[in-house]
Amino acid sequence: MNKPTAPPVCVDLQHVSLRYVSSGREVHALEDVSLSIGQGEFVAVAGPSGCGKTTILKLVAGLLPPTQGRVLIDGHPVSGPQKNVGMAFQNPILLPWRTALQNVLLPLEVVQPHRGQFRSQRRAYEERAHSLLHTVGLDGFADKPPYELSGGMQQRVSLCRALIHEPEILLLDEPFAALDAFTREELWSVLQALWTERRCTVILVTHDLREAVFLATRVHIMSKRPGRLIHETLIDLPRPRALEDTFKPEFVDYVHSIYGRIGQVRA
Amino acid sequence: MNDALSKRFRTLLPPLITIVLFLLIWEVGCLVLGIDEFVLPRPTATLAAYQKWQSAIWPNAWQTLFTTLVGFGLAILLGVGLGMLIGYSALLYSALYPLLIGFNSVPKAALVPVFVIWFGIGTMPAILIAFLIAFFPIAVNVATGVATVEPEMRDVLRSLGASGFDLFRKVGFPRAMPYFFASLKVAITLSFVGSVIAELGASNRGIGNMMVIASSRFEVPLVFAGLMVVAVMGIVLYAIFALLERRMVAWAYRGGT
Repeated sequence: MNKPTAPPVCVDLQHVSLRYVSSGREVHALEDVSLSIGQGEFVAVAGPSGCGKTTILKLVAGLLPPTQGRVLIDGHPVSGPQKNVGMAFQNPILLPWRTALQNVLLPLEVVQPHRGQFRSQRRAYEERAHSLLHTVGLDGFADKPPYELSGGMQQRVSLCRALIHEPEILLLDEPFAALDAFTREELWSVLQALWTERRCTVILVTHDLREAVFLATRVHIMSKRPGRLIHETLIDLPRPRALEDTFKPEFVDYVHSIYGRIGQVRA
Repeated sequence: MNDALSKRFRTLLPPLITIVLFLLIWEVGCLVLGIDEFVLPRPTATLAAYQKWQSAIWPNAWQTLFTTLVGFGLAILLGVGLGMLIGYSALLYSALYPLLIGFNSVPKAALVPVFVIWFGIGTMPAILIAFLIAFFPIAVNVATGVATVEPEMRDVLRSLGASGFDLFRKVGFPRAMPYFFASLKVAITLSFVGSVIAELGASNRGIGNMMVIASSRFEVPLVFAGLMVVAVMGIVLYAIFALLERRMVAWAYRGGT
C-alpha cells in the first residue's frame, strides 16, 4: 500500500465507532473502523446486510457524527455536511416535479461557488448537464420527467446529479442494487468510464462481489454488527475492465476468495 | 385541433348529462307527484323566478362571492403559513394541533351570533365564517405535504450542504403543492357554505340574506333560485381551481389525462 508513489490521503477514518439509540435499544453500528483512502482511489465495501456499510458513507458525507474516533477529509476533520461530496443511493430519489435535466442541475443550485453564479452561468451549466447525460447514454431524455424514465435511466440521472458539481469524493450506496442484471452491468461500464475520466475518490457500498471486483481498486469486507473492516483485497486487474473479463479466471479467483471471507463472517 | 376539441367535449359530456337528468327527474317527479310549489318548486319554476328577480339576485350574488373570496384568500394565507410551521416542527405540531381541532370542532353556525356581537351585522361575519371553515383543511393538507417529505430526499440535499431554507425551497414547498391544491378544491366550496350561513342571520346583503327574506314572503321559487346561484358559483370556482391544479402540479398526476 504505502509505496512511495502512493497518492495523498483523501478520506481518512481513524478508529471510528458509532452507537445510536433506536426504539429504546442501543445499536452498535460501527466498531473501531480505520480506513484510509488515497486521492483517486476506488474503494468498495462489501458485507452482510445491516452491517453498517451505509453508516460509513453517512459519516464521510458529514450526515452523522461519529461517537468515537475521527473522520478526516484532506486532513480536515468533518464537522458537518460536505460540499465536495456527491452521493447516489439505492433508489434514484429524483425530485418528481423536475425534469431529468433540472434534477441533474440541482447540486449547482445549492453548492457554492456554482450557486452564486447559477443564473448568469445557466447556459454553461445546462451545457455541462447535457454532456453528462450524453456520457451516460441519456441523449434526448433531458426534458422528460422522472416518471417517464425507466429505473435504469433514473439511476443514470441520479449518477449525473452526484457528479455535476465535480465533487472530489463520490459516495455510492448500492446504486445498482435495484436494477436488473443487464442494466446493472451496463452501468458498471458507465461508472468505470466516468471514474477513469475524472479520477475522483469513490467509496462504493455493495453486496454484489462481482460489482466490487469489477469496479474497485480495493475491496474491504465488513463483519456483522457491530461492523468492523476485517479484510482487504487489492484488485490488481488491468483497466479498462470489460464485462467479458468477469469470466476470466483471475477475476473469478478474486470473487471466489472474497466470497470465502464473507462466508466466514456470516457463519 | 379537432381531436383536442372533441376530447374536451367528451370529458364535459358525462357531467352535463347527469345534471340534465337530475333536473329532468326533479321536474317530472314534481309534476307526477303533484308537489306544491311552496314545498318544492320545479326547476322551470326556479328558472322563472330567477329571470323575474335577476336584478335583485345579482347584487346579492356578487356580495356573497366577494365575502367568500376574501375569506378564502385569508384562509389560504394563514392556512399555508400555519401548515408550513406545523408541518416542519414536530414541537409546534404537537403544541398547536389539539387547539386547532378544538376550533375546527366548533360548529361555525354557532359562531355567527358571537361575530355579530363583535362586529355587528354586515360583511365582516360572513368573511370570518368563510375564512374559519376553509382554513382548517388548507392548514392540515399543507402540513401533511411538508411533513411527509421522504428522509432520503432530505439526505440528497443535506449531503450537498443545503441549509434548512434550501430544503424548504427545493423540496418541502414543491412537495406540498399537490396537497395544497387538493385542499383548495375542498376549501372553496366550504367557503361558500360559510358565507351563506353567516348571511342567513347576520347580514342585510348576500344570497343568504335574500333567501331569508324570500322565504318569509313565501317566495319559495326565489329561495331555490338563490340556492342554484350558489351551486353554480361553487361549481365554477371548483372548476377554476381544478384547472389550476392540473397546470401547476401536473407532475403529481403523471400524465394520466
